[in-house]
Amino acid sequence: VSRSVCDYFFEAQERASEAENVPPVIPTPHHYLLSVYRHKIFFVAVIQSEVPPLFVIEFLHRVVDTFQDYFGVCSEVMIKDNVVVVYEVLEEMLDNGFPLATESNILKELIKPPTILRTVVNTITGSTNVGDQLPTGQLSVVPWRRTGVKYTNNEAYFDVIEEIDAIIDKSGSTITAEIQGVIDACVKLTGMPDLTLSFMNPRLLDDVSFHPCVRFKRWESERILSFIPPDGNFRLLSYHVSAQNLVAIPVYVKHNISFRDSSSLGRFEITVGPKQTMGKTVEGVMVTSQMPKSVLNMTLTPSQGTHIFDPVTKLLSWDVGKINPQKLPSLKGSVSLQAGTSKPDENPTINLQFKIQQLAISGLKVNRLDMYGEKYKPFKGIKYMTKAGKFQVRT
Amino acid sequence: MAASPAYGEEKGGTSSLGEPEYGHDPASGGIFSADYKRHDDLKEMLDSNKDSLKLEAMKRIVAMIARGKNASDLFPAVVKNVACKNIEVKKLVYVYLVRYAEEQQDLALLSISTFQRGLKDPNQLIRASALRVLSSIRVPIIVPIMMLAIKEAASDMSPYVRKTAAHAIPKLYSLDSDQKDQLIEVIEKLLADKTTLVAGSVVMAFEEVCPERIDLIHKNYRKLCNLLIDVEEWGQVVIINMLTRYARTQFLSPNQNESLLEESTEKAFYGSEEEDTKDAKAEAASLAKRKPYVMDPDHRLLLRNTKPLLQSRNAAVVMAVAQLYFHLAPKAEVGVIAKALVRLLRSHSEVQYVVLQNVATMSIKRRGMFEPYLKSFYIRSTDPTQIKILKLEVLTNLANETNISTILREFQTYIRSMDKDFVAATIQAIGRCATNIGKVRDTCLNGLVQLLSNRDELVVAESVVVIKKLLQMQPAQHSEIIKHMAKLTDNIQVPMARASILWLIGEYCEHVPKIAPDVLRKMAKSFTNEEDIVKLQVINLAAKLYLTNSKQSKLLTQYVLNLAKYDQNYDIRDRARFIRQLIVPTEKSGALNKYAKKLFLAQKPAPILESSFKDRDHFQLGSLSHLLNAKAVGYQELPDWPDEAPDPSVRNVEVPEWTKCTSREKRKEKVEKPFYSDSEGESGPTESADSEPESASDESGSGSSSSSSSSSSDEEEEEEEEEGSGEQLLDKEEEEEKRPKKKGKEGSRKAAPRSSGSEDEEEEDEGSKKAKKEKISQERKSHAETSSEASVSESSSSESDSEAEAKQRKAPPSSRAGPKEISLLDLDDFTPTPPQPVPSSSIVSASLVTDLEGLTLTDASLAPALLSPAFGTVRTYELLHRMAGEGLSVEYCFSRQPFPGDPHMVAVQIQISNNTDSEVKSLRVSEPKPHSGMRIQEFPEIECLAPGDTASVVMGIDFCDSTQAANFQLWEADGHE
Repeated sequence: VSRSVCDYFFEAQERASEAENVPPVIPTPHHYLLSVYRHKIFFVAVIQSEVPPLFVIEFLHRVVDTFQDYFGVCSEVMIKDNVVVVYEVLEEMLDNGFPLATESNILKELIKPPTILRTVVNTITGSTNVGDQLPTGQLSVVPWRRTGVKYTNNEAYFDVIEEIDAIIDKSGSTITAEIQGVIDACVKLTGMPDLTLSFMNPRLLDDVSFHPCVRFKRWESERILSFIPPDGNFRLLSYHVSAQNLVAIPVYVKHNISFRDSSSLGRFEITVGPKQTMGKTVEGVMVTSQMPKSVLNMTLTPSQGTHIFDPVTKLLSWDVGKINPQKLPSLKGSVSLQAGTSKPDENPTINLQFKIQQLAISGLKVNRLDMYGEKYKPFKGIKYMTKAGKFQVRT
Repeated sequence: MAASPAYGEEKGGTSSLGEPEYGHDPASGGIFSADYKRHDDLKEMLDSNKDSLKLEAMKRIVAMIARGKNASDLFPAVVKNVACKNIEVKKLVYVYLVRYAEEQQDLALLSISTFQRGLKDPNQLIRASALRVLSSIRVPIIVPIMMLAIKEAASDMSPYVRKTAAHAIPKLYSLDSDQKDQLIEVIEKLLADKTTLVAGSVVMAFEEVCPERIDLIHKNYRKLCNLLIDVEEWGQVVIINMLTRYARTQFLSPNQNESLLEESTEKAFYGSEEEDTKDAKAEAASLAKRKPYVMDPDHRLLLRNTKPLLQSRNAAVVMAVAQLYFHLAPKAEVGVIAKALVRLLRSHSEVQYVVLQNVATMSIKRRGMFEPYLKSFYIRSTDPTQIKILKLEVLTNLANETNISTILREFQTYIRSMDKDFVAATIQAIGRCATNIGKVRDTCLNGLVQLLSNRDELVVAESVVVIKKLLQMQPAQHSEIIKHMAKLTDNIQVPMARASILWLIGEYCEHVPKIAPDVLRKMAKSFTNEEDIVKLQVINLAAKLYLTNSKQSKLLTQYVLNLAKYDQNYDIRDRARFIRQLIVPTEKSGALNKYAKKLFLAQKPAPILESSFKDRDHFQLGSLSHLLNAKAVGYQELPDWPDEAPDPSVRNVEVPEWTKCTSREKRKEKVEKPFYSDSEGESGPTESADSEPESASDESGSGSSSSSSSSSSDEEEEEEEEEGSGEQLLDKEEEEEKRPKKKGKEGSRKAAPRSSGSEDEEEEDEGSKKAKKEKISQERKSHAETSSEASVSESSSSESDSEAEAKQRKAPPSSRAGPKEISLLDLDDFTPTPPQPVPSSSIVSASLVTDLEGLTLTDASLAPALLSPAFGTVRTYELLHRMAGEGLSVEYCFSRQPFPGDPHMVAVQIQISNNTDSEVKSLRVSEPKPHSGMRIQEFPEIECLAPGDTASVVMGIDFCDSTQAANFQLWEADGHE
């Protein structure tokens, strides 16, 4: 396969107005180009024959995840700097187009990720960053965990993170809202621990998908998560709380955006306030809104936080910070439109981001975590957090 | 795109940097500047003795490859390093070799011997990687070598090497397709492999090399179904897709009755005419004749075993299961996949894109499936356009009378979006909703008409096109709209919209008699400046007007036709000529003239607005071909359901001869299963009647033991009894939380065939009783009791036992024997004459085989609570029977603990009891004779064991993940031995 195949891709890329609009699958006369777009980089795979496209796309995403895991950030510069490691990793991940080892735990055993410390050590001792041992996990029945893990501090942390996806309409009523949650774990335990995690209210979880380590049968019968964890960070499960349960929307947005036909000025006013937060503060609030093309500039004054309007991309973002229920943050001002153009026929939608610590908005609670199979007592910790996912307010 | 050439085979999943980056970039250009002098340095570095220098050189070379520079002239220097000790250098050399070997075949041969050596290495990793690189070098001369290597590796002890062999198969096939027959043999062999590690890879090879040889799957079908959940995720995708195809050829459609039913009811519903009801009756009759559909148990097995995979985190697996359900499951069950697919919509946009494509196809056929999730398809302003359009497609497909109002309200918001492509798509969607659901047609039409006053031209144009289509359905009532649109011709510039308006006016010129000629006049004026498509419609309009209203439009028509006559486009010239002949009466023009009016003003059927996703489902869902709606290279057509069910018995795995090799393999299968899939297929509520054949074949132990019991002599029966009970113990262990019900069931199942064995039934019962008693007696460890017990057993006159008994009597209990060969895994166990003088040890070892394997593989998942060597919960197994050991009995168990000294070792707790009446001195293990790679850590010598005493020791065995037996000798010595 020659490099020139990519020309088709660049062509398609040029044609698409925005990076997200590049079609993920591009047929060319002899090959098919499948691409994913992440971290402002396109990752392209070339295939010659029929294969489930998701197979390739999922794999590419895994590759990106792995790079991110290895290098911290997955940027163009990083990939260029570590081109040798990239090669080595890809070599391990893929054999003749069929994925081999995609579990980053195992890869890290095969090829140690580059760190500054290791670079120093390697240059002194002349050792390599390729593991010389067979990754034991790959051959065992628990391919995600290597044997002989040792820690002095045995810890297991679980983060329950929920994201609210919602569309709020003009009048403030909810059009759709659903909660997507994940439990991310960071488990650093010696040996081969066997963990069980149980919930106070497992019925809440409508649809779940597990890390391969979770024993499905026990979940089916007892609604308990029983698993031998991989070493380090991993996503234990992701779940969905059904839309039937009413989703409590923790914030509201009052807005008044109007453009007048005659003058080239418009009014703009947003107020954000808390609602149903169960006593927790709403933090990290960030409001972004894509203004219509005809907007020239905005002169706004926020009651708190900072705001930026980018006149090129027409993107308004307002970093609000914490919401103080006594003094609601607001952003007021005027919008100047390009002279001569008629008023835009659509009001911009407002995208909202926020965080609420120590709260899982669905009400999910972990009951207990037990460990079997090892003798020591691990330190256990659970954190809850609610975030806005794709939270949109239509105006 | 860097690595793509290196992988270049089938799909090089590789990264490409965002911008084309062929040229230099200042940052790294300094190091990698490709002047050829530098290559001399590199050569020098490669020739040096220092690994670090070599490594540095290789890194630079790989970086060069990555930049797309030609590094092939370094080939000789690099190849020399293939035998380098440093692993990283070696790996990079491999990368290089794979990239350039095809170009420099002769030189590449230099490296072959290194790989051949590697293939014989005791380390499985090295064997595997040697095979991997060897098979990646595309040099035709070495095909025979590769073939040999693959064959050898396919029967390698390590599953990892076998997996690599499976990977090598498609590589060799693409290099030389003449090897197909031989490769199929290897595939067949590997398909029979029982390890999860191999399953995915070999099915991949199967799909590449011989997807048409569906007959190879028969025997392995049930095994694949059962292993599926433990296979790694990529393998799962491949297997599921293959099984879908397989099931399509082997099972009957589960929906055949339903679809018939549906059809007939539908007809009875709508067809009020007599013939229709007759038809329905006839169909109902034929339906009655058909025998009721019963799903093949294997079909059910597949559906049941794939369902849990819907929870996989891998989108490809979920999609694979979804397509399997869509293509194979009865209608009532397809619904389960909707939830999982909707979940995938949360994922990356590329995943969304693919999933939505498939959902769109599904939602046409099975609308009900996604209706509850309607709101999940609502569109956000931040979605990429392609996602928005697909969601719109799904929403439109889902629209029905009940939810149309909500959907239309959503659409209203979408129309105001800034993304104009999306708005246009929305308008079309509205049009489709309007055609599909009669109730809302007027509302939609009104809404669209309002859009005509939109400021955006594209929106207006799109609305015009859609309105045109809608109006065609009921033109009479809407002359107002037509008039309104006629006015728009002045403003709208989009050709398609102008053409649509003109067509409308022409078609319904009777409804707007006054306006039509006026429009024609205007158009005639601007004719030369119009687009081709508009010109054609102008000609049409003129012709139609000429026929209906020739008084007003005769001149205009002439004028237009004259203009068209000299147009640049030959289509337009042709059309003009044709129409002139047709409508303008001349002497020459014949009969056609009379029919001109009929020709032009005939009733035209209204167009049906339908989804572009209709009929896409003839492609297998989730496939690339489906996504592109065109056949991709190598696409395997999804076959139709057969009319007659093929013989299901081909999938039966025949009960094997009771030979050592098959028994071993059977065992292995048993062992493999337990991990997570264990209790799944086997126990619990899922074990319904339809899974019977499967469990029967799995229950190899019981099945085969019963089969042999009828054929074997009395002598062996007892052995079998013991063996059988051992099996049962194992079963219990495997499925720890098993209900008693199941146990009973198993017992009865076991008993059943045996009772048919007739005559010796009684004896056998006695035998089993005896065995039990013996066990009890062992526990008590009372010598006296045993002997009395033994005499009882003697009365039941089982030959072998009496022999042993006699022997014991002959040999004085105090006599200490020399070394006794004890094998933990004796493969000769069922040869008719067990090696003397230890008959009982071999009896035991039969069950040990399973136990040992089971434990090495499952220790992690089992019994998490077992921390201490508690004998109450851990099963113990007999290693050396007290009779064979002349008073010394040895039991062992796996304490499920890592051996303290070495993480690779499995701790085996050994309990030695002295049943003699004198001391046993200095017991120790000696001369361990482990198989290659295995290591045994002996226990410390036991100095002295008093009569009746018991000692327990722990020894560690590293089984190297193999299933081989660990052989060692137990010495008891009284000084001189």
